[in-house]
Amino acid sequence: MKSFIALVTREVRLAWTGGGLWLPIFFYLAVATLFPFVTGPDKALLARTGGGILWIAALLATLLPIERLILPDRQSGVLDQLALRGWSDELVATAKIASQIVAFALPLLLATVVGSALIGLPEAQLGTLLLGLALALPALSGLSVMIAALTAGLSGASALGGLLLVPLTIPLLIFGAGTLAEDPRNAMQLLAATSLAITALSPFAAGAALRAGRI
Amino acid sequence: MSSRQASLPSLSLENVAVIRGNRLVLRDLTVTARAGDIIWIRGANGCGKSTLLRLVAGLLTVASGAVKAEGRIALADESLALDANVTVEHALQFWADMDGASASERSAALADMDLQGLAKIPVRFLSTGQRKRASIARVLASKAEIWLLDEPYNGLDSASCARLDQAITSRAASGGIVLVAAHQPPSINVAHSLVLDSQGDVA
Repeated sequence: MKSFIALVTREVRLAWTGGGLWLPIFFYLAVATLFPFVTGPDKALLARTGGGILWIAALLATLLPIERLILPDRQSGVLDQLALRGWSDELVATAKIASQIVAFALPLLLATVVGSALIGLPEAQLGTLLLGLALALPALSGLSVMIAALTAGLSGASALGGLLLVPLTIPLLIFGAGTLAEDPRNAMQLLAATSLAITALSPFAAGAALRAGRI
Repeated sequence: MSSRQASLPSLSLENVAVIRGNRLVLRDLTVTARAGDIIWIRGANGCGKSTLLRLVAGLLTVASGAVKAEGRIALADESLALDANVTVEHALQFWADMDGASASERSAALADMDLQGLAKIPVRFLSTGQRKRASIARVLASKAEIWLLDEPYNGLDSASCARLDQAITSRAASGGIVLVAAHQPPSINVAHSLVLDSQGDVA
């Protein structure tokens, strides 16, 4: 357990020092800032569509750290050294997902408070939006690690990562958008179930990809 | 994560064959090593020296044959496995934490490779030879019984080579096994010299 925490701590520290934290958050807030420039300062329109925009911004922000999640560790031999010490690839993937939740998902939730204020989202919707994102972000973290493992070392990994991630996030996006409706309970339950399934399965898929990529 | 071994380390490969990229790299290879052995693995480029070390490390699977290793294994190859943006000290402490080594053991490894003066410097600012020494210090701090060193002398000055020789000798004398893949012969007494030919056979 101590070494698991050491690996998660290392990942979080690398995210902080390598721009893996701030770049996605700045991107997320930039989308929230730019959106009113396009739609105009129509408060009613912003209130109606702002939640959805923040959902899409969160999804796109998930794409940004993908290249730094696995590839640097594969190239520097860190993954080999962990395997040498008996770490299963699934456990490495789990540690990376956990660190992604800490280093990316939690700050993104905080940024959502700022983003919703920039868009002028009604306060009543903010709680629902935060709860929905909190449910979905572990799954988005799992998907990003899985796709990072699948595409590490491939040419055009960034573009390929986007192509892979977007369709996989559609269920989360559909149920997430559903949570913004007047009665969010059913959508929230479906979102939680979907997120749980993706979060639970992604370490196995990512682990298999890490193993397949070992040369 | 690997548990500590109380018994003496041992290593055996029996009729091992390894295929990489549709190429038979190692064929019908049999090697046995006991505590105290230093084995020099040599051969032409591409003959399978690194493949042999990665196989022993458990990073590759055999096409046929069997590999049996008793004891904790440490590997230093061309990949440093040290985070470039943190100090040498912190980069080594991460692996010390992984190996259950103490801060004093990490410091001793730094001293053995004459890295105390560079401990507070980020890894990215080190020269090639200094990085190599840092990756060897990682192996030293691991307390592993079996060392796998792939071209460990590359980039090292003569003083660093001597320190590495001293470390290898000490590890073997204390009951460890050291496999050194290198083109140049180590300046220490080696128990065996394993020569691989270009087909991965033992010549």
